[in-house]
Amino acid sequence: MNFDDTPQEAAFRAEARAWIAANAPKQYEEELRKSSLGRTQLKNANILEVAKAWQKKKADAGWACLHWPKDYGGRGASPIERVIWQQEEGPFGKLSAMFIIGHGMCGPTMMAFAREEHKRHYLPPLASGEKIWCQLFSEPAGGSDVAGLRTRAEKKGDDWIINGQKIWTSGAHYSDYGILLTRTDPTVPKHKGLTMFFLDMKSPGVEVRPIKQASGQSDFNEVYFTDVRIPDHQRLGEVNDGWNVSLTTLMNERMSIGAGVATGFPELFEFCNNLMLEDGPAIEDRSVRSRLANYAVKASGLKYTSMRAISALSKGERPGPENSIGKLVAGSMIQEVAMYALDLQGAAGVLSGPDAELAGKFQAMLLRAPGTRVEGGTDEIMRNIIAERVLGLPGDIRVDKDVPFNQIPTKGRAT
Amino acid sequence: MNFDFSDEQKQMRDEARKFLSEQCPPKAVRTVLDGKAAYDKALWKGLAEMGFLGVAIPEQFGGAGAGHLELCVIAEEMGRALAPVPFSSTVYLAAEALMLAGSDAQKQTWLPKIAAGEAIGTLALFEGKGNPSPKAIKLAASGGTLNGTKKPVPDGAIADFAVVAARTGSTGRDADISLFLVDLKGGGVEVKELTSIDLTRGQAEITFTNAKAEPLGATGEGWGIITQVLDRAAVLLAFEQVGGADRALEMGRDYALDRIAFGRPIGSFQAVKHILADMYVSATLARSNCYYGAWALSTNAAELPEAAAAARISATQAFQHCAKNNIQVHGGMGFTWEFDCHMYYRRANATALGLGSLSYWEDALIDRMRKKNAA
Repeated sequence: MNFDDTPQEAAFRAEARAWIAANAPKQYEEELRKSSLGRTQLKNANILEVAKAWQKKKADAGWACLHWPKDYGGRGASPIERVIWQQEEGPFGKLSAMFIIGHGMCGPTMMAFAREEHKRHYLPPLASGEKIWCQLFSEPAGGSDVAGLRTRAEKKGDDWIINGQKIWTSGAHYSDYGILLTRTDPTVPKHKGLTMFFLDMKSPGVEVRPIKQASGQSDFNEVYFTDVRIPDHQRLGEVNDGWNVSLTTLMNERMSIGAGVATGFPELFEFCNNLMLEDGPAIEDRSVRSRLANYAVKASGLKYTSMRAISALSKGERPGPENSIGKLVAGSMIQEVAMYALDLQGAAGVLSGPDAELAGKFQAMLLRAPGTRVEGGTDEIMRNIIAERVLGLPGDIRVDKDVPFNQIPTKGRAT
Repeated sequence: MNFDFSDEQKQMRDEARKFLSEQCPPKAVRTVLDGKAAYDKALWKGLAEMGFLGVAIPEQFGGAGAGHLELCVIAEEMGRALAPVPFSSTVYLAAEALMLAGSDAQKQTWLPKIAAGEAIGTLALFEGKGNPSPKAIKLAASGGTLNGTKKPVPDGAIADFAVVAARTGSTGRDADISLFLVDLKGGGVEVKELTSIDLTRGQAEITFTNAKAEPLGATGEGWGIITQVLDRAAVLLAFEQVGGADRALEMGRDYALDRIAFGRPIGSFQAVKHILADMYVSATLARSNCYYGAWALSTNAAELPEAAAAARISATQAFQHCAKNNIQVHGGMGFTWEFDCHMYYRRANATALGLGSLSYWEDALIDRMRKKNAA
């Protein structure tokens, strides 16, 4: 048992470290290091532009999408090299946030299902950040139950005509392309009538409307489709096999082991370490210490869980299912951490933004936190996944499984 | 990076699991639970023959000289099987104290006997309520004899010798405390068995009246040694706790698959699934913290005090959480004497206290993190 790199890993790490030291946008390092959930803007620069410039620089030097094949803009690196890169990239990795969906989900789906000429045309600019992609799955009628989506695709000659609405589309407002899951046959059960496409977000008939979130920010959008044309060669996978295609997309997401999920613990520890209460330093208060210790072991438990997965990668093995706990644990923890930090501020905790302690860091965290427990699979869906895929418990009884989609009830209580 | 046990260590884990599933089925645990024996003597002998008692004891002292990573994987299996033997008191406490602070002669006297299953040892630290603290130690040592009472002493009624924490000064500092080795079969030692919430493991009160004792380590260094022993034992016991947590989770999962209610397996209900998913989460967090503790223990890393506290807290929480919810998933049957769920519940709650309770380790963890932060 050790934390040492193999000689090859050490050589790769040294090369990555040297390149980052020479090329990273150092002027933003401190600001990025301090940014936390709900607050990832830069004071004097447009973060989208800074992120795109960094991504392009990486791509030109062969450091973008490390695990992708070279032909598609990647480096052909091993999974462990990708992890080492993330460790070395450190706070600059936060600049990748707007590329995560494209690199983690859209790219791998294109690689598995798109025609060769499309892969060669679309993937390199996706890797280099020159083009941003989004994922158009969720709908008002299909969130956790994504297969319940209603956006229609109807064949007309060599094209498909799209009508409907997507929601919760991260980054649609700055995306160039998207992968789109549609219903092509409503007369068969819901999983069997779906088809996947990719499309240009500038296509006529696509309208993006930002959603104002409960936090006041707008990271997500509604996307409306009115008679949008998609040529058949942009179809991904077979007609009506879209559910299986989407599983590839989601599987790729789960295979990517990030540099760690945000728990808010380092921020809380630092805050308590500097905070004076009426009776003395907060960190010397028994009840504060107890709360901190409980958060500390969750944070370290997550850290070493991901170390175990990385070890499996290092040995060329597939990581085990233990990594599936990360989002579930971190999501509710960061919310509790934010509430506790405000509690320690007492009455002044009610203030927000520049009027608040630490410029409102924990207030921003609090207001953004409910989203983390919902996006990318709610806490409840994550528990179902653990129970069914890890522990082998039976699936829920699905009353709509064998019912043609157009006969599934759409209303709850009669109005 | 290889943050995992080696193939040889995993093989040892498989061997230990196989041995314990044959030699320590729930029926054997129940013999002690029902008070028909103080501990499982045949199992104790078998563990010695397998080389498990001396796995971390150097070869020159009769052990296998393997190391603490090997001891960690065995500890996990001991916890999984709820082995009703004085393993933790003898191996994690007494043997570790001897290896840390014993003279060559003391090691030569006791370690080979421990490895051979011929001597049971324990640590006599507590004197009634409260957590480990030098201030709580009143038992006095002078002129090579001890006077005072210790309780609870784990496995005290079956132990052959004890490492005893005693007061040798009155300055109010840690240096007032020294350690002594006492042969519990000698004169001036009175042992009374106490009742525990975990009926598969013994607790005792030991009164020393002019009992002959020899110093273990230098005078005034007792508290430092105890702190180190507790850290080392915390990691090892955490592995037992993780083993127990995993088994409780499996029991709950298996019952949820087999039990039919409302015409379907209860494991198909989300209310039940989510309980089990949360048990998996806490057991996984604990296991990962334990691996870090194992690394720190086996390499004598400077991070050991922090890693040990984190492993201890996380594993205590996980075992308690899994044991109580295993009963919940079982419903009424989980609350019967006949089902094994309560044996895990008892063990989970007893192991949560033995080395100092959660609040003690929470405090210790934050202290240690602060020191690291300041450094």
